[in-house]
Amino acid sequence: MTLVDLVLFGLVAALIAYAAYRVNDVLVYHWNWSRVFNFVIRVDEDTGSLVPNLLLQGLATTLRLAAWATVLATIIGLVMGYWRTSKNLTLRIISRCYVELIRNIPPVVFIFIFYFFVSSQLFPVIGIDSIDREGALVTNSVFQFFFGDPKLLSNFLAGMLCLALFEAAYITEIVRAGIQSIDKGQWEAARAMGLSRFNVLRDVILPQAIRKILPPLAGQFITLIKDSAIVSLISIQELTFLATEVASSTTKVFETWITVAAMYFVLCYGFASVFRYLEKRAAKANR
Amino acid sequence: MTNNADQTTPQSTPIVELVGVCKWYGEFSALYDINLSISNGEKVVICGPSGSGKSTLIRCINQLEVHQAGTITVSGREVKPEMKGIEHIRRDVGMVFQSFNLFPHLTVVDNLTLGPIRNLGMSKDDATKTAMEYLERVQIAEQADKFPVQLSGGQQQRVAIARALCMKPKLMLFDEPTSALDPEMISGVLDVMIELANDGMTMIVVTHEMGFARQVADRVVFMDNGEIVEIADPETFFNNPTTDRAQLFLSQLLSH
Repeated sequence: MTLVDLVLFGLVAALIAYAAYRVNDVLVYHWNWSRVFNFVIRVDEDTGSLVPNLLLQGLATTLRLAAWATVLATIIGLVMGYWRTSKNLTLRIISRCYVELIRNIPPVVFIFIFYFFVSSQLFPVIGIDSIDREGALVTNSVFQFFFGDPKLLSNFLAGMLCLALFEAAYITEIVRAGIQSIDKGQWEAARAMGLSRFNVLRDVILPQAIRKILPPLAGQFITLIKDSAIVSLISIQELTFLATEVASSTTKVFETWITVAAMYFVLCYGFASVFRYLEKRAAKANR
Repeated sequence: MTNNADQTTPQSTPIVELVGVCKWYGEFSALYDINLSISNGEKVVICGPSGSGKSTLIRCINQLEVHQAGTITVSGREVKPEMKGIEHIRRDVGMVFQSFNLFPHLTVVDNLTLGPIRNLGMSKDDATKTAMEYLERVQIAEQADKFPVQLSGGQQQRVAIARALCMKPKLMLFDEPTSALDPEMISGVLDVMIELANDGMTMIVVTHEMGFARQVADRVVFMDNGEIVEIADPETFFNNPTTDRAQLFLSQLLSH
C-alpha cells in the first residue's frame, strides 16, 4: 500500500460521505430502511412466523428465471453453435440468421415483439393457458419450487423464453468460437477412428471446447442474471418488477433500489466465485 | 519379409482398390487417374516430392478427403463422398498422423480405450486390458496414466499407433509418421512399425524414410504432381528407377 493508494482511498471515502450529505441534508431525505425491509421479510399476522415478502419472492423468481433460461440458452446455444460450424448450408443459414437478428436488435425491442408473439400465439396453441391453475399437477410444492406460483406460470414461462432466446444467441457465438478453436487434427483423428458424428462431438471436440469457453460462458451466465431485469418491462414478476412496485408504494426509492442492488450483487458475485472455482479445477485437470 | 510374388496373384482379393481416382482443388489437380490395388498383408510405401498427392491419396482411402471421380473400394465395400456408414469402414482402417493428434484432454490409456468402448461396445475393463497390451507392445505401458503433453514426440507417436491398433484394424495408414519427430525419436517409432509389418499387418506408409522402405516394403509407389509415376519393388526402385522423375527425386534425396 503506497501513499497514492491511501490518497485514492481517502478520495473515494470523501466522495461517499459527500453523496450521503447531499441526500440527507440537501435533499432532506428521510431514510427508513425498516419499511423496505418489511418487503423483504415480513411477520405473518396469523401465525407470527417470518415469511418472505415481495422482494424476496422477486429474488426467488429471478433465480428460477435465470436458472431455467441458462439451461435452455445453453441447449439452444450448443445446438446453434454446432450448426454455425456445420457443413450443411441450411443449418448454417438458420443459425447465422438467428444470431445476427438477435445481436442487432436491442434486447428490449426483441422482448416486446417476441413476448406478444409468445403470449398471444404460442401459448394458446401448446395449451399452456388451458392448464388447470388449481390442479394437482401444479399445486404441489415440488412444482412451485421449480416454477413458482402456478397462477403466474404463463407469465413466468414467457419471460423465461424471451430471456433464453436472447442470451442463447450470445452463447451460440461463444460455442462456435470454442468449436472452431479446436485443431483440425482432432476432428480427423476422431473421425478416422470411426467415431460417429455425435461421439466425435461429445467425446473429443466439446470436452476440449468447453474448457476453452468456460470463462466467457461464465461471464455470459452472469450477464444473463443481470439481463433478467429487462423482462420486468413485460410485467414478469421478478425482482426488478416487484422493486418498482415497492419503490412507488413506499416512496422509499433509495432504500428499495440499494436493497435490490445488494441482492443482485450477492447473486452475481456468488455465481462468479463458483465459476472461478470450477475454472481453476478445470485448469488443474487440464495440466 | 513376405514374398514379392504374392501380391501379383490375381485370385487374392485386394483389401484396397483404387480405380481411376481423381481429385481437384479448383483448377489444381491433386490426384489424377490413380489406379492402385493393395492385397491383404502387403506393405506399400508411397514416396515422392512434397505436394505430389501422397497424403491426399491415403486420406481418400478413409474419406478424410473426398475424391471426385473414380472408385475406391476398401475390403469389398466402395467408399463414396458423404456416404452413410463410412464409420464402419473407418473402424477397419487405422490411421497415424504426422502430428500424432492424440486427444489432449484424455490420458494415454483413455485415448486408447475411447474407440473400442464407443465403436465396438467393449466394457471399460476389457478395453483397458487390450489397451495395456498394446501399450506394452509399443513399450510405453508405464506412461498409461499420463496426459499426452507429458510425453515426448516419439512416445506420443507410439501411443498413436497403439491407439489405432486397439480398433483391431485390417489395414493401417501412416501419413508421414516420423516427419514431425526429432531425429533421435525416429528409430523408436520405426521399430514399432517394422515389428507391426513383421506381424503381417497390411500397411500403406507415406514416408521419406528410405531405409524403412527398403527393409519393409513389398512395393514402392512413386508419385509426382498427383499421378503415380512408378510402381516397383524397393530393390528395383532404389537401384534402377525407370522414370526420369524418380531418378531426379532419388538423387535429390541422397544428395543431403
